[in-house]
Amino acid sequence: MADTQRDEGSAIGGFSILALFRRPETGAAAGFILIFLFFGYFGWERNFLTALGSSTWLNFASKVGIIAIPIGFLMIAGELDISVGALIPAGGIVLAMSVELFGMNIWLGVLVGLLVAGLIGYVNGMLVTRTNVPSLIVTLATLFVVAGLNAYVSKQLAGTTQHSLQDVGAVSEFVLGDYHSLVLGSDENKVTIFRSLQSSFFIWIVFAIACFYILHVAPWGNWIFAMGGDEESARNAGIPTNRLKIALFMLSAMAAALVGMTEAVLANTASTTTQFGMIFNTIICVVVGGVLLTGGFGTVAGTIFGTLTFGIVFQGINFTTFDKDLNLLFIGALLLVAVLMNDTFRNLATSASTTRKK
Amino acid sequence: MPESASVLEMRGVDKSFGPIDVLHEISLKVNEGEVLCLLGDNGAGKSTLIKTLSGVHQPTRGEMLMDGKPVNFVRPKDAQDMGIATVHQFGGTYPLMSIGRNFFAGAEPTRGWGPFKVFDRRKANAIAVEQVRKFGITGIDDGDRLVGGLSGGERQSLAIARAVYFGARVLILDEPTAALGVKQAAHVLRIVNEAKRRGLAVVFITHQVMHAMAVGDHFTVLIRGAIAADFRKGEKTREEIADLMAGGESMADLEADIEGYMETHEGHPPPPVH
Repeated sequence: MADTQRDEGSAIGGFSILALFRRPETGAAAGFILIFLFFGYFGWERNFLTALGSSTWLNFASKVGIIAIPIGFLMIAGELDISVGALIPAGGIVLAMSVELFGMNIWLGVLVGLLVAGLIGYVNGMLVTRTNVPSLIVTLATLFVVAGLNAYVSKQLAGTTQHSLQDVGAVSEFVLGDYHSLVLGSDENKVTIFRSLQSSFFIWIVFAIACFYILHVAPWGNWIFAMGGDEESARNAGIPTNRLKIALFMLSAMAAALVGMTEAVLANTASTTTQFGMIFNTIICVVVGGVLLTGGFGTVAGTIFGTLTFGIVFQGINFTTFDKDLNLLFIGALLLVAVLMNDTFRNLATSASTTRKK
Repeated sequence: MPESASVLEMRGVDKSFGPIDVLHEISLKVNEGEVLCLLGDNGAGKSTLIKTLSGVHQPTRGEMLMDGKPVNFVRPKDAQDMGIATVHQFGGTYPLMSIGRNFFAGAEPTRGWGPFKVFDRRKANAIAVEQVRKFGITGIDDGDRLVGGLSGGERQSLAIARAVYFGARVLILDEPTAALGVKQAAHVLRIVNEAKRRGLAVVFITHQVMHAMAVGDHFTVLIRGAIAADFRKGEKTREEIADLMAGGESMADLEADIEGYMETHEGHPPPPVH
């Protein structure tokens, strides 16, 4: 006993490194730093590190990131949601039609968009919990159903699949879809903090903080982890697994719709085109971020690092002298390396501190 | 020895699934501070019996009593609310969650107010480590450790300590030592003894006679869904119990057969008969 005490005292330095390795997001953070340095070096000549250059990949990352966090929640809970590919355009066109066609206030339109998305998420959740059909198949089905509805309803109501959405208010533009810059100081020694960041980037920050609270601070996070770790045991422990799962599907659907709405407000148009690419993008971000595909493990911070890494790799090639055709190859390699690295870190995490056992 | 109060009792319980009778006329009793060992070979109906005790299945006939009063468990939750905790092999533990989070899954301690509740990690870790250590698992001193890094015996102990902490009165342990090494199994048996010492009624399901003999006060042998034997500690030897479990075929006879065969066949064991 006395020995153990002394060990703890003398091993403070070693222990803090061990504690760092035990953090699940360490792998994702290390990957991000490596990728950042890599592109920082090769993209130096072409302004990768300037405020404007950073905005290029941050803006892209923010849209993927807003959806990736709830997708990460679902993956931690042992589920997948690929219907987001159709929910992004659904959010945009519902908002556009609410405002342009039905003359609603923009905020009411946003609410309608979120409600519609929430309903679709609810259907996803109900189907998954009631039928025990794997969520991959259920959401694959709803992906196509919603994609079909997007086109059909658009044509029936508005006669087009391309909706326009005029600027309707300074506040809504500012919050949902605009470019923001912050420059400090006067002409001679001004410092650009950020330049041309889209509203979605700030929405991402706020949303990420809220999600961090849900998963890591509030007791619900424990339920999500437990459900993904062993659903039967979680149910036995009194966790309302079905309701929780439905709520998570609603969250991912609403996040996707929100992204569609910010895009619509920014571009002043909304299209019914299904964003199949985003399905893969979000899953890659989550997996690169260290979330275990089979559930039970993952963090919000990891997903954010994964999204940032993905954003850099996806956009960063434009800042380097590499051939742009190599872009997808880079992403594939990133995914493989990240998964292998995360496996290593997870093994370190499970075995961590067993070394302290006497 | 004074007769202690019976906590959970089954009287003439039958369970059939359609035309198939799985349990037949099961009567058993488990008392406070006693370990009832449920012995049986694979397929003897042990799992069905546990599931009936823990409210997953309802008896087709017969009745169940708790503290002498008839009870009817419609869902596992009903049994849990009455203080019946079932610990399956590794069940109730999540490998990639910390010890503190595991311990309080579904009943998290919180700080803060209103909608801004905060999971009290410090408190959860402290209580979890304290409770597990009380059960003699002194190797655990860090509540942030992931359960996947613990040994099988430690995980079992964590699950049992958790059940006891949350007010279990009857502890149903489903093959807790089956997949464990000798040392780990001894670990779990110590925990079972500790639970007994604390006055819990323990139902210990196993097919390892040695483990049963180490902790059991009362033994029930199940064969093809019916009770084949029911006896108290010290009334039967290990060989007798093993014979009972094998369905009456004497292990000693079997051994003699094999030895006889080997003597006449240059030391080769007999080929399997099927």
